[in-house]
Amino acid sequence: MPPKSFEVKPKLDESGASIGELLEISMGPHHPSTHGVFRMDVVLDGEKVVKLKPVCGYLHRNHEKIGENISYLASMPYTDRLDYFCSMTNNWAYALTIEKLAGLAVPERAEYIRVIMAELTRLQNHTSLIGFFVHDMGALGTPLMYAFREREKILDLFEEVSGARMMCNYMRFGGVRVDVNDEWIARTKQLVANYGRFLDEFETFLNQNEILLARTQGVSPLTKEQAVNASLTGPLLRAAGVNYDVRKVDKYGIYSRFDFKVPLGEHGDLYDRYMMRVLEMRESIKILNQALRDIPAGPVMDPKAKLRGFRPKPGEVYGRIESPKGELGFYIISDGGPNPYRYRVRPPSFINITILEDMCLGHRVADVIVILGSVDIVLGEVDRCQPI
Amino acid sequence: MVSWVPDKKLETLEQIKLRIESALPLTKLDILPNECPAGERSLVVDAGRGLAVAKFLRDDAQLKLDYCSNVTGIDWPEAKIKTKVKKKMLVEGVEKEVEEIVETLRSGHLEVVYHLYSMELKHGPIVLRMRTANRTDQTHLPSLTPVWRGAEFQEREIYDLYGVIFDGHPDLRRILMWDEFVGFPMRRDYVEPDDFEYEPTPHDEVLVEAKKHYPVEAKAEVKPEVKA
Amino acid sequence: MIEEGLKNELQKQGVYVTSLQELYNWGRANSVWPLTFGLACCAIEMMAASMSRFDLARFGAEVFRPSPRQADLMIVAGTVTKKMAPLVVRLYNQMPEPKYVIAMGACAISGGPFKQGYNVLKGIDRYLPVDVAIPGCPPRPEALIHAIMTLQEKIRNQKLTGPDRPRHLNAEIEGEYPVPAYGKHDLEPPKNPDVWQPPTMTRT
Ligand code: SF4
Repeated sequence: MPPKSFEVKPKLDESGASIGELLEISMGPHHPSTHGVFRMDVVLDGEKVVKLKPVCGYLHRNHEKIGENISYLASMPYTDRLDYFCSMTNNWAYALTIEKLAGLAVPERAEYIRVIMAELTRLQNHTSLIGFFVHDMGALGTPLMYAFREREKILDLFEEVSGARMMCNYMRFGGVRVDVNDEWIARTKQLVANYGRFLDEFETFLNQNEILLARTQGVSPLTKEQAVNASLTGPLLRAAGVNYDVRKVDKYGIYSRFDFKVPLGEHGDLYDRYMMRVLEMRESIKILNQALRDIPAGPVMDPKAKLRGFRPKPGEVYGRIESPKGELGFYIISDGGPNPYRYRVRPPSFINITILEDMCLGHRVADVIVILGSVDIVLGEVDRCQPI
Repeated sequence: MVSWVPDKKLETLEQIKLRIESALPLTKLDILPNECPAGERSLVVDAGRGLAVAKFLRDDAQLKLDYCSNVTGIDWPEAKIKTKVKKKMLVEGVEKEVEEIVETLRSGHLEVVYHLYSMELKHGPIVLRMRTANRTDQTHLPSLTPVWRGAEFQEREIYDLYGVIFDGHPDLRRILMWDEFVGFPMRRDYVEPDDFEYEPTPHDEVLVEAKKHYPVEAKAEVKPEVKA
Repeated sequence: MIEEGLKNELQKQGVYVTSLQELYNWGRANSVWPLTFGLACCAIEMMAASMSRFDLARFGAEVFRPSPRQADLMIVAGTVTKKMAPLVVRLYNQMPEPKYVIAMGACAISGGPFKQGYNVLKGIDRYLPVDVAIPGCPPRPEALIHAIMTLQEKIRNQKLTGPDRPRHLNAEIEGEYPVPAYGKHDLEPPKNPDVWQPPTMTRT
């Protein structure tokens, strides 16, 4: 049955006597601020949320089933479409997993390029996220326009190397598809140099903004225990004060060479989650500066890597990276054939909404929108093909 | 340069297995080998002892696996497995190593895999697996959601797509497909709905498929292909 | 009908002469209000099209309306899954006449890269009449702008009388389409036969 849009239910006290009315509404799947096709069944007492059940699957595109029926390489463009804001990091996670499965090495220059691409992705993801987040609070349009202006500049860089703005399909097992040239690096350097100024501007507008403070501080706080137990990852987890960043823990790629810090929050409330993104962008700029300075010359593909007719030995592997939204993992079982036997994506957005109900209980219905915005879900990933 | 770093572990899997078996009597664990270079082997737990083992892994002071990262299901239908076994045989009086192919029958089952890490001690993963008795009627497994809340939606997804029933799960409903849906689409033997996709120039199998969907009057018009 | 030459002459004098049909269609074509309705990745490009760089507002189509009651253009931007399809049809039914549909991206046209999926609808044209289809995965924002211009062209050339008249002036045109129900494996019915029939191709 398609969802009912609303229903009035009696509110009962402990003895079962009726003491008022509860309103059950269905928010979504067509709702401007559910960031795509996501539905929440919310029960309201006045304006207060007393129950909330997320309903997903409206964008279940059977990514995993398709991945089991096509070759290893053919899944690469599909990973672009998981979290379509961050195709570069999705590519990296998948490539890293297969490299781990088959024991492939990656040339030095390719590692640097990967880091540069991943951090640029983080910049554009967080920038647009903040735009959406403020948009959800009622700042219609303007901050989003600023965010998209900056995002377009980064997309131009992606387009230049990969040929596509969003669906880059850029990385391969054992390297990256094409090399970047010096002019590209110079342009990226310039962009990174200017990005700090843009962030300054953004922060001046927002950090002490009265409305932002009123709507975010103290709303939906999360404790460390809650966050860890619910398997939250990414900025959401660090906003609650847990120091866990896969870049630091696993030191995958060449992240151990860079000097950067992991920002941590204190209260886990919306303001901390917002600040976490801003601070992470500052750290990304640091990493980018180092990577763009140190990038060596050399090949970008491992000559031994075989793309067509790639058949890894039987075995299984779980590889993960820190994507802008949290821990993105791939779990692959190979049976020696040309297709994976099992192809599983661990989607950070999907798992981060596990405790959406706990985050929202007791808050106003208008806060639900902002809380959802702060989780930063992308439904391509939640439902695994798997947006706004 | 290898881009992934081998995971650091405090103990080997054998040590962990021994400690669990001594702490929780009646528990038998198996270690599943893994041949790939990263080589994450896994612990296979009896369904009945799953919850106790999970609690031990989370609360043990040395392990503290407080973070359940990834939960996933796998479908293993009944199949004949061919394995190569090296045997020593006397060939023409000389002892030689000969490879022999042995066929074994794998009974069908569903498997659930948990990847556990420790956020506090920053190590992992420990891979935990549980298996159902078969794929048809005995598909119950204990839910580990009471131990790790993060498994809630992922277990629901496994229920939805594979049909594993998690006992003790707080809210076991379909999550990705609609409620009226019948069947488990991620299983290997799931037959997808007959969903003809129009192609401008169908040929071979697609043409056979397409003909089934043509309206009745048009069906007569489809002439058998004449071979030149 | 007034002659072109005379019309130009009059225009130089500051008198603008036109027909009611042209005026009416000119107004309609330049104030298309799309529904804020993103399904998947293509929706991001749709948003990018309305943002600062591509600025859809130049074409009079930037007033994205969250409510179907206020919108007259549905941009189906992204993959329509079977779970979502009934709701898409319902949203379409709720839009007032005259209404138009743009199928944006390979997925909305035919299922695109995900067409093998068991939960993916192979094209929204199985349930709704599509006016403009934009190929691409995702189509660039320029492509969306082009689609909107194509739609405007279509609106501008519609005659107010005759068989080609706009939907709201034609009482015979169906305003609402049946909403499919969730079935055991698939939607029921899997297509709307009044809107879509599998094309028959005979090979000779
Ligand atoms: S056409 Fe491509 S970009 Fe658009 S929704 Fe489909 S997969 Fe995503």
